[in-house]
Amino acid sequence: MKPVDIVRTAFGNAFRAKLRTSLTVLAIIIGAFTLSLTNGIGTGINNYISDTVAGIGVDDVMTVTKTSERAGFDTGPAEYDPNQLAAGEGGPHGGPGPVVGLTSDDIDTIAGVEGVIRVAPVKNVSLDYVQHGNGKKYQLSLSQFAPGMRAELAAGSQIDLEAHEAQIVLPEPYLEPLGFTTADAAVGREVTLAVTNVTGAQTTTTATIVGVAAPGIVSVAGAIPNDVLLNTLFDLQSVGAAPGTADLFASASVWFDANAGDAATTALQKRLSDAGFTATTLADQLGTMTSVIDVIVMVLSGFAVIALLAASIGIVNTLYMAVQERTREVGLMKAMGLSSARVFALFSVEAVVIGLLGSALGVAAAVVVGKAASAALANSVLSAMPGLSIVAFNPLTVALVVLGVMALAFLAGTMPALRAAKQDPIASLRYE
Amino acid sequence: MTPLIGVENLHKTYGSGATACEALRGVSLDIAEGESLAIVGKSGSGKSTLMHLLALLDRPTSGTITLDGADTAALSRKELNRTRNQAFGFVFQQFFLNASASVLDNVTLPLMIAGQSARTRNTQAMAALAQLGLEDKAHNKAKDLSGGQMQRVVICRALINQPRVIFADEPTGNLDSATGATVENILFDLNREQGITLVVVTHDEDVAARCDRRIVIRDGLLWTGEQVAA
Repeated sequence: MKPVDIVRTAFGNAFRAKLRTSLTVLAIIIGAFTLSLTNGIGTGINNYISDTVAGIGVDDVMTVTKTSERAGFDTGPAEYDPNQLAAGEGGPHGGPGPVVGLTSDDIDTIAGVEGVIRVAPVKNVSLDYVQHGNGKKYQLSLSQFAPGMRAELAAGSQIDLEAHEAQIVLPEPYLEPLGFTTADAAVGREVTLAVTNVTGAQTTTTATIVGVAAPGIVSVAGAIPNDVLLNTLFDLQSVGAAPGTADLFASASVWFDANAGDAATTALQKRLSDAGFTATTLADQLGTMTSVIDVIVMVLSGFAVIALLAASIGIVNTLYMAVQERTREVGLMKAMGLSSARVFALFSVEAVVIGLLGSALGVAAAVVVGKAASAALANSVLSAMPGLSIVAFNPLTVALVVLGVMALAFLAGTMPALRAAKQDPIASLRYE
Repeated sequence: MTPLIGVENLHKTYGSGATACEALRGVSLDIAEGESLAIVGKSGSGKSTLMHLLALLDRPTSGTITLDGADTAALSRKELNRTRNQAFGFVFQQFFLNASASVLDNVTLPLMIAGQSARTRNTQAMAALAQLGLEDKAHNKAKDLSGGQMQRVVICRALINQPRVIFADEPTGNLDSATGATVENILFDLNREQGITLVVVTHDEDVAARCDRRIVIRDGLLWTGEQVAA
């Protein structure tokens, strides 16, 4: 029997009992639909994260901190280091506990490491408040921006880091409290920013609002200052500090050649690590975020896989019935010289056909429903996050779902197919 | 002259130990090419077992079966399948047609198993159907046919691979005497005109009487008593 005849016959056989096959196919559709949808949500959110990557960093910059001995359960307490920064001042990426600051000497050391193109200290500023005119004072945190970063803007323009006057991009939720009616009305206005210096005295400076940042799930949390404003605030904050301690930075940004490949990046991280620093790339930081989403998607997909496993038991059942029904037919075909291997193939392909139909229809339904749902959500619940398409489909994943279900169906079909293959033609022909 | 099928001291035991059942207890016979042979016997006599062994559907417990002088015990599973597919045709009492498939698809089954192309299959099937006056039924479903037509379709299916032997198990058992006679005529015409060896297992005295030779199986042995007492 030729393979093409086996496939054609199996296709025809699958629909001899239309209702039974349709119900089995329906069970697979449900599983494949759910699996495609959960994967689609994972793809959609991860796409959104990588699309908005420019908002949280650029890929040729890594954040470098001084490696500190953390008190561990087996290493004992860490020794006091006069250069450690107080808890809570750890900068955007420092964990809990004190972080050892980088001195100007450390910055020079980093600049000397092979592969470092440029290094700039990240100046950490704790704002006391932000105020517009004589209105109420609100707390505000500052986010650091490197050249090439880009915020999602509701109004105005991106920050000009090299501008000569103090500029700031404010997050949208601050507009109304500060007394601005619209985002456009805020652009070009001046706000007052206050810091407390080392001696405990509070000083203020002003900055011009050049843009308003739209909220996004991964975009910057605080306001974005330009270099002039940041330096002004940092200097105000450092007034009265003992000599040498003023230039203590929580972290530094290191520019490297991102095109040199992952191995070169890893080697650079290793060299910085040997020099006593911890270097994190954007990929490392994104990795934590995407891996959280991946875990959630994996759990959801786990449920879909359970549904598929249940559906595959349906395939086993359907095929056992088919084998039972076609006992005499199988016996006749074997009497006429059909080999057991071909009988096995005939029933396995029938299982795969059921799997193919179920998964193809399920995936198609998921694509249709997913597109409709993300369009509907983008215009209602998720309208605050432009560019987020909650469900997105990657052709490779879709193909993997279909192939995976076909493989599962094949496995489910092996038991009934083996039974058919083992049948004795004479006993089968006598079977009533 | 070497017989087409030679059987020597054939034994077949089903089961083992206390429940063992000896279906054949030493049968020997030769079947010449082109002859028609009736295997007669009561139910449970072992006649069906003998036919299954002759048709290479089952292996004997002991004894030899030769085909063209070659011992069939030496054949591999694959060679057995090929022999049954190419040299034998089967006609069963219960037809064993796929009711929901077309007459054409039913008839071409042995050729599809043999791996022939669809074009060859259909050409040969139409020729076989025309031979039995069924060409206008080719695209009907098998279940829409009468009993006599069904048995003619079964004969077409047995014929299509131009076999050397047709094994018929009670071919007229499910038919009334008029249609039974028609089917009988077809089988004996094939035997006479095309030289196809015919092995018929039957209760029907008329069918047995029309064969060149008849053997009677009784209690697993070839019965050599008076020939008319079946």
